[in-house]
Amino acid sequence: MDWFDSWALTLAVFLPAVGLVLVLATPKAQEQTVKVVALLTTIVTAAVGIGILTRFNYNRSGSLQFVVNKSWIPVIDARYHLGIDGIALPMFALSMLITILCIIYSWNHFPEPHNPKAFLALILLLEVGMNGTFVAQDLILFFIFFEVVRLPMFFMIGVWGGPNREYASIKFFLFTLFGSALMLLSFLALYFKLGTFQIPELARLHGVGIAHGTQVLIFAGLFLGFAIKVPMFPFHTWLPDAHTEAPTVGSVILAAVLLKLGTFGFIRIALPILPSGAQTWAPWIGLLAVIGIIYGALACLAQTDMKRLIAFSSVAHMGFVMLGISTLTTFGINAAIFGMVAHGLITGLLFFIAGSVQHNYHTREMSRLGGLLQQAPRMGWILGFAVMASLGLPGLAGFWGEFPAILAAYSPAAGLSEGLFRGFMVVAAIGTVLSAGYLLWMYQRVAFGVPKDEFAEADIHDVGPAEWMAWTPLILLTLALGIYPQIIFGVTDRAVTRIFGG
Amino acid sequence: MKVQWDLHALAPLVAMTVTIVVVLIADFFFEYRERFKTYQLAAFGTLAALIPIITLARDGGTRSLFGGAFVVDTYTLAFQGFFLVVAYVTLLISVDHIGEGDYYQGEFYVLVLTSTLGMMIMAGARDLITIFVALEMISIPTFVLAGWRKHDTRSNEAAVKYFIIGVLSSAVMLYGMSMVYGLSGSTSLSGIAEYAGSAGTPALFSIAIFLTIVGFAFKISAVPFHFWAPDTYDGAPIPVTAFLSVASKAGGFVALLNIIFFGFYASHTSWQPIIWVLAALSMTVGNLVAIRQTSIVRMLAYSSIAQGGFMLVPFAVAGAGSSKSASFEAVVVYILIYGAMNLGMFACVIAAMRRTQSDEISSFGGMSKYSPILAVMTSAFLFSLAGIPPLAGWFAKFVMFRSVLDAGTTPAVILGVIAALNSVIAFFYYAGVARAIWFRETPEGIDLRPLKTPFALNAAIAITGSFVLIVGIYPQVIARLGELAGAAL
Repeated sequence: MDWFDSWALTLAVFLPAVGLVLVLATPKAQEQTVKVVALLTTIVTAAVGIGILTRFNYNRSGSLQFVVNKSWIPVIDARYHLGIDGIALPMFALSMLITILCIIYSWNHFPEPHNPKAFLALILLLEVGMNGTFVAQDLILFFIFFEVVRLPMFFMIGVWGGPNREYASIKFFLFTLFGSALMLLSFLALYFKLGTFQIPELARLHGVGIAHGTQVLIFAGLFLGFAIKVPMFPFHTWLPDAHTEAPTVGSVILAAVLLKLGTFGFIRIALPILPSGAQTWAPWIGLLAVIGIIYGALACLAQTDMKRLIAFSSVAHMGFVMLGISTLTTFGINAAIFGMVAHGLITGLLFFIAGSVQHNYHTREMSRLGGLLQQAPRMGWILGFAVMASLGLPGLAGFWGEFPAILAAYSPAAGLSEGLFRGFMVVAAIGTVLSAGYLLWMYQRVAFGVPKDEFAEADIHDVGPAEWMAWTPLILLTLALGIYPQIIFGVTDRAVTRIFGG
Repeated sequence: MKVQWDLHALAPLVAMTVTIVVVLIADFFFEYRERFKTYQLAAFGTLAALIPIITLARDGGTRSLFGGAFVVDTYTLAFQGFFLVVAYVTLLISVDHIGEGDYYQGEFYVLVLTSTLGMMIMAGARDLITIFVALEMISIPTFVLAGWRKHDTRSNEAAVKYFIIGVLSSAVMLYGMSMVYGLSGSTSLSGIAEYAGSAGTPALFSIAIFLTIVGFAFKISAVPFHFWAPDTYDGAPIPVTAFLSVASKAGGFVALLNIIFFGFYASHTSWQPIIWVLAALSMTVGNLVAIRQTSIVRMLAYSSIAQGGFMLVPFAVAGAGSSKSASFEAVVVYILIYGAMNLGMFACVIAAMRRTQSDEISSFGGMSKYSPILAVMTSAFLFSLAGIPPLAGWFAKFVMFRSVLDAGTTPAVILGVIAALNSVIAFFYYAGVARAIWFRETPEGIDLRPLKTPFALNAAIAITGSFVLIVGIYPQVIARLGELAGAAL
């Protein structure tokens, strides 16, 4: 199986690109063929992913495995360097899973203006970028994959989105482009300071060779690039617009995977390479994170649109993830990675349900909704499950993302002000109460009571086969991770220790 | 001075000259409806001239002719090849446009090829006089080309503006050059470099450098010497605009590369601040004005001004020791990539205008419905121009940023940040066109049947498109070329 070990990551990243070419080569009229080709591509890709999961050496999850390191652009010292470790593995798996579920979910209801060929082509292109970002071990390669996801999402929002789609798509693009431009400058600065683009080598140096002041500056560039993607307060304003206007599947991919590219960037690049820069910035990151938690929660309470509410809840949840990262402890970062996965599963599910609600009622205005439990009981119960998971009910995945992150703030890394972080902890804890508030409030308005008059006679479909297939894996994983969180923590812990030079 | 005749080194120029003469004469003998044969001859000659370039590249080494006034090395060959390919693609995008309009075909091709010959000479010019002659050889045919639609007042306006500004800039440049010669006592760039490197160059030399660069700034339409460009681009026939914004601009940049890196380099305290200002202004003004344009041709005119600003960035930081070769290579790579993507963009505009009959961006609305492939290609070129991976434009921007951080000085980093902000602004108007194509409805009166485009135009889009994609994914091909060219320093 040596062959597999050296090709697995390349296949997992570029098989969707092959599928993309096949989809484009299929005539537009043969919709069924297009769908089958796209689905098969993602399934074969996921099969490679399962191969990676089974052959991954969990006892050495701290070091890179399935490494490919080939010449790519020798003139600028950039290499085709892929590798996967315990930090990347959960995200990598999540990205493959979500892509398949999105294709299944869209199977029979592609959003207007239909055109499955173009829509699926974009999903496959997204998968190339997402998978690639998680396994890239060269800064330039990372940059390319990080950027590749932006164009398909731009078109997905702009073509298949809601009424205000043009504004939302361009805003999404400009915000993230601004971040990337500065991120690229930081990458180059790292190169000229340390003489390499290879992430493992840079991480091994652990900041040796860059003066503290320079680290702070370079970190600032990286911070902007990643924080806009996350998005952290006050760079979050693109997110509610993008989510509200995006088609269901676009929202799911955006929430489940794309936002994680930002937090992943912090964990993979910013923290291990620039430790003393991170020390200086950590209190600010923590501050913005808790502002995000409270602000997101308060904004949720002011929403009338169900999808926009979920979008703002993402801002709050990503605040917990960033709080975990800002503690600069292994505990906090493990929690952050768990939070990323949990948020991907749960918020993905919530956006799916919001999509189906809209599909049935043709509105997401919560004041017009109600009685979902009567009209579509299964969907209502699943929404209830997702809400409980999202508010951090112990026993479900959301808990293990939030609670340890709060706990980690109790004792941040040496050198960070304990008093300050304990203050953050208190604020974040208040945030969890608020999040329970807005989520239950949403659930109550959508699911409880009797249907409003205008929908009393409406023909409401309960969960259909495609929805079952798309949602069941998310529900089961949310449950499994909630009951036995060690599935994730066991994989990430060793790799996280490495971030701090362990 | 012993004149050497290295015929192999001159073969590309000779082949081009022969082509020009043959096309000019043969055009007399073709019947009116056989005029496309003129195009075939021109295209064939252009491709044939590539053969000696390949054999010369295989031989390697540096060949110096006419006492060092003309040098053939990897850098020269890279640009001669580039100009030939650009000329070939220009012929491809022109043939149907020129053939269908009421134009004089034979002369058109002769003028394009003559201008190209001037560029090829420029690539090897290492002497002020050669540079000046080459520059005029590039410019004069394009004055005529800009006024090609001679019954159209806008075309006439384009030509006159271009001509007057061109002559004025030549005068300023010549004045500067004459002072350079007066001070250094040499017209050869190596002689000037020696003088610039010697201690105690007088302030007058800085003034001479200033005037020379201002002359070039007109040619490459750098802000604040850009006023002619939008009107000229707008009024000229679109294939000519494509040629002006790619080939002619690249010719100007090659001249600037020659004169700065082989001549003035050591006096970088004199030229660096001037170019810093030109770069910052060109990027910012070009982009901000481009946002407001409703005509795609005018938008591309301002976009090319902004792109020119990006190309000037490496010059502005080249003086800081280690970054000399990085900057040189960055400019070379940027020009090559810019050439491909901008030509491709114009090819798409020409193709689309066969349906829309208008250059208003709004008229491109809903292009994805009647020509999805053209819509994809147009978007690819737009996003490449914006520098979005995985299309070639990202690598051009990347090498530009790389040279900035290699220099690492405070002014360099400030310029880098200005460039980064500008690449965000630029995206806005490039995306504006993509939005029209994909997000908007087709305007009234546009035929929704699938659009058929002529073979030559498709070929041009295919050539430039595959270049943009291949270089975007595997930039080594072009980076290596830049590195080889950089060996000429």
